[in-house]
Amino acid sequence: MTNQVDNSKRRFLTLATGAVGGVAVVAVATPFIASFFPSERAKAAGAPVEVDISKLEPGQKIDVEWRGKPVWVVNRTKEMMDNMAKIEAKLVDPSSEGSEQPEYAKNKGRSREDRANVLVALGVCTHLGCSPTFRPDLAPADLGAEWVGGFYCPCHGSKFDLAGRVYSGVPAPKNLDIPPYKYVSEGVLLVGEDK
Amino acid sequence: MSKLQALAGNVMNWVDDRFPATKMYKEHLSEYYAPKNFNFWYYFGSLALLVLVIQIVTGIFLTMNYKPDGSLIPGTNVSVAFMSVEYIMRDVAGGWLIRYMHSTGASMFFVVVYLHMFRGLVYGSYKQPRELIWIFGMMIFLCLMAEAFLGYLLPWGQMSFWGAQVIVNLFASIPVIGPDLSVWIRGDFVVSDATLNRFFALHVIAVPLVLLALVVAHLVALHEVGSNNPDGVEIKKNKDPKTGIPLDGIPFHPYYTVKDIFGVAVFLAIFSYVLFFVPEMGGFFLEHPNFDPADPLKTPPHIAPVWYFTPYYAILRAIPSFLGTQVWGVIGMGAAVMIIALLPWLDRSPVKSIRYRGPKFKVALVLFLIAFICLGILGAKPSTNLRTILAQGFSFIYFGFFILMPFYTKNDVGSTPVPARTTESNTQRQLAFLAYTALAIVGSFVFGKLV
Amino acid sequence: MKIKIAQILAAFSLILPVALPVQASTEVALDRSPNDVRDVESLQRGAQLFANYCLSCHGATAMRYNRLQDLGLSEEQIRNNLMFASEKIGEPMRAAMQAKEAKVWFGATPPDLSLIARSRGADWLYTYFRSFYLDSSRPTGWNNTVFDKVGMPHVLWQLQGNLELKTVEGRAEAKGAVVRSWEAVEHVDGKEKISTHQLVLTKAGELTRLEDGKANTFDYDKKVADLTNYLVWMGEPAQVTRERIGYGVLLFLIFLLIPMTYMLKKEYWRDVH
Repeated sequence: MTNQVDNSKRRFLTLATGAVGGVAVVAVATPFIASFFPSERAKAAGAPVEVDISKLEPGQKIDVEWRGKPVWVVNRTKEMMDNMAKIEAKLVDPSSEGSEQPEYAKNKGRSREDRANVLVALGVCTHLGCSPTFRPDLAPADLGAEWVGGFYCPCHGSKFDLAGRVYSGVPAPKNLDIPPYKYVSEGVLLVGEDK
Repeated sequence: MSKLQALAGNVMNWVDDRFPATKMYKEHLSEYYAPKNFNFWYYFGSLALLVLVIQIVTGIFLTMNYKPDGSLIPGTNVSVAFMSVEYIMRDVAGGWLIRYMHSTGASMFFVVVYLHMFRGLVYGSYKQPRELIWIFGMMIFLCLMAEAFLGYLLPWGQMSFWGAQVIVNLFASIPVIGPDLSVWIRGDFVVSDATLNRFFALHVIAVPLVLLALVVAHLVALHEVGSNNPDGVEIKKNKDPKTGIPLDGIPFHPYYTVKDIFGVAVFLAIFSYVLFFVPEMGGFFLEHPNFDPADPLKTPPHIAPVWYFTPYYAILRAIPSFLGTQVWGVIGMGAAVMIIALLPWLDRSPVKSIRYRGPKFKVALVLFLIAFICLGILGAKPSTNLRTILAQGFSFIYFGFFILMPFYTKNDVGSTPVPARTTESNTQRQLAFLAYTALAIVGSFVFGKLV
Repeated sequence: MKIKIAQILAAFSLILPVALPVQASTEVALDRSPNDVRDVESLQRGAQLFANYCLSCHGATAMRYNRLQDLGLSEEQIRNNLMFASEKIGEPMRAAMQAKEAKVWFGATPPDLSLIARSRGADWLYTYFRSFYLDSSRPTGWNNTVFDKVGMPHVLWQLQGNLELKTVEGRAEAKGAVVRSWEAVEHVDGKEKISTHQLVLTKAGELTRLEDGKANTFDYDKKVADLTNYLVWMGEPAQVTRERIGYGVLLFLIFLLIPMTYMLKKEYWRDVH
């Protein structure tokens, strides 16, 4: 019958058990934390979307839903492209240095080189998340004589050109996002995947 | 290091001036003196608390994806509620694990609580001065049964639907108000979306709140009078004259915390085995027909409640209807649960623990245990004439155990007198325990095969 | 005293067998299904069979097509071999037929099969697929020995051929083209009346053969075993993962946490005398 307590052994065992218990707690927490990530259903709903653009006339825009957000596909005319080049001085970031887009869309037209006329952009204003309206009309009464066509956000008045580039002096800080996309065939576009 | 300790000390002092943190820690852990002779049976209190935590945490995460919606998904004959459970099982990352933790936890809750209650019965833990602990415990048990019943409707499978239908219809047998009462409970003329929604609300918030409050009351009452022990000796009667600490008491922390942690580890191994390898437990934890979506037009051929309700269900079925009403079965089933709460006043024995009781109580207890287990087995099977007769016999034993208790416990004292101090376990007792357990398991199995 | 209780218990357990008559069962015995949810090739064959034969009437609404990738199939394979053209890979398996139309056709909506294996069990399914027989009294012309008056026709009849049910009084040997044979016991006027039911293959299908008057159903049985296997897997696609994680968890608990907590308890309890 000894009352000698081996404190170092006791401390070691406590720490070791604590460490093993800690591993157990982390392991148990894993499924709970994992359950907060998008589920298979959410992922399936967010899967790439195929868009038939063979019937998209020059100058027209169609809306596609991808991951619950609007994606615009605009078939820009030669005139529109020319006008865009003229107003670059009024833009915050004409060569898209500070905005979100895939590498292949980091150019003036913000589109793939082989189909430079087609704009694919996420229709969500970079200010507070409203969806801007498509205003291809030239010099309308409400937007002024210098408007050459673009997107106008009704919430706070942000303006973007037909490549989704933001005008200076509006609330939105940067250009619209460009989602990853690719052409599956001549007339079919796949939004959400580029590999 | 010493600077850090000084800082910690200061913070603690600051808190203690405003909130009795250190005082509570001492009262309930480091200076709560528990008898040092706790045995196997004393693990189940802390395990019940563990399972409660498991159920609450997993339950919260399940509500994030579950939808209490009885309407059908267009183009199919499957409801939104049913499919949301499968959504959790298949599409939510880690969802199947959380759901199985909850479904396994539900059954393990009853395993642990039944063993916890049996411990109280064997060692007379309900006797003076612990009557209120027992009453709070019984209220917890009632809440648990309500919680289990309400939760079982949520998967909206065939068993969920028809089980709820049958149980709610029990209320309809109450004279005069019955029919209206059952409609009121359902909120509809059949179990429906309205029923599902209210059961969901009650299951996830109302009953758990009451349950938590009762658990606090149960523990506060326990720590006020102190724990009983396998010898039924009041350790507060023998205190060290100098320190005032009970001679047979040891601080709960660290001694019982480390012991209970070991118990938790073993329990988790059993829990994990069920969860990962037999989550349906052969149809006892998750019943097979409940994987069929609820169909209000088609009753499954055999409706049985989940295993933890079967003893009471067997009593319900054993009592025939007479005088033109079937309310007697319902009364019998209710009485079977409620009568347990009266134990502190039914037991007249001068001693607490079975170790120092006479032969009459021991025989009665064995008969009661046999009756309870056999009723449980009978309640899980479809009824036949023979099974009904057996269930009636066992119901008599069940009620007899309680009703006759004042008579057979009076002066029923064993040959060994109650010691003044606690005693240690010995090999003989441990072997006897193993033998009884084996006998009970084998006996139950044989009975289950035979009927 | 302790011994006395044990004696009482022992005595009780001895009385029971004498007091209770053994009950006879008249249910059809189920065959043991040879399913193995780790057999990926069998599951792939089963998935193909399921898509070809079941999905036109039954849905599996809880099952997404892309989950079949767990079975080693590529998205391309799933799209080309298992799906209807109009569907997307992330969508659940819906029946080609609408529930309402189906109700008109069969009198009842065909059940969703996502969880059928968990409610019926593998053995029942395996037996069910092999127990359809010709019955002119049924609207579809088919009946089933494990599911009397079943609403659906025998979808796999081209593979299995025709079975007929024959009933003989008394005990009878299984001879000739008998596929299944079982005895039923009835109690008539207190007497036991035994009759033998036999399922006989009367016309061979693509996967069965009649050789010298004997039935060879090996290929067909294998085929429906694949289908059963697939249904069991689909009932809980996470089951293989579940068991795999389970081994890790149990090893951790048994060889690490339990011994460590035990040593810790032992160490502290050296103080208690």
